[in-house]
Amino acid sequence: MLTLAIETGFVFIGLAMALNLWRLVRGPDATDRVLALDTLSINAIALLVLFGIRAGSSAYFEAALILAAMSFVGTVVLCKYLLRGDIIE
Amino acid sequence: MNILTEFAISALIVLGAAFALLGSVGLARLPDFFTRLHGPTKATTLGVGAMVLASAIYFTTMQTGVSLHEIAVMFFLFITAPVSAHLMAKAALHRRSAVDAKQGKQ
Repeated sequence: MLTLAIETGFVFIGLAMALNLWRLVRGPDATDRVLALDTLSINAIALLVLFGIRAGSSAYFEAALILAAMSFVGTVVLCKYLLRGDIIE
Repeated sequence: MNILTEFAISALIVLGAAFALLGSVGLARLPDFFTRLHGPTKATTLGVGAMVLASAIYFTTMQTGVSLHEIAVMFFLFITAPVSAHLMAKAALHRRSAVDAKQGKQ
């Protein structure tokens, strides 16, 4: 049951990442692309958590934590650039 | 592993993945940026939170002792999602008002 659930989760997250990529390519404005990148990295965190459960190893969580921190910093920096035209004034 | 724990973990994983997929469908399908902002910031965050909770339960039953560093990931996501959504909405409002000013609207 757990294996089936993990495989279903892989399929769902893969579909979600494909939709995010579509929005990232198509996005009419730059803010749409920032939102798509942010969602893509959150889905990558979910994928890493699923890999961790399937492999039975807790080493994936450090990667997930670092990805969460880096994606937050990246989103904030991109929004700051769109707002002010500069990052560190 | 207990059958009840396995059922709980599987249900949390499938539910979380379904919520993440729904958030991404909202990101791809909704018409306007401010409506598109709703899907990922609420549904996807909840879905990833459910999956991280599933993995916390899994590693608590697999190893001895409570596994808490998954909760750190969940806590961090739940704190940062509203902040980044607020910044993105602010940037979109700023860009829209700049476009309106260039076209001579109010």
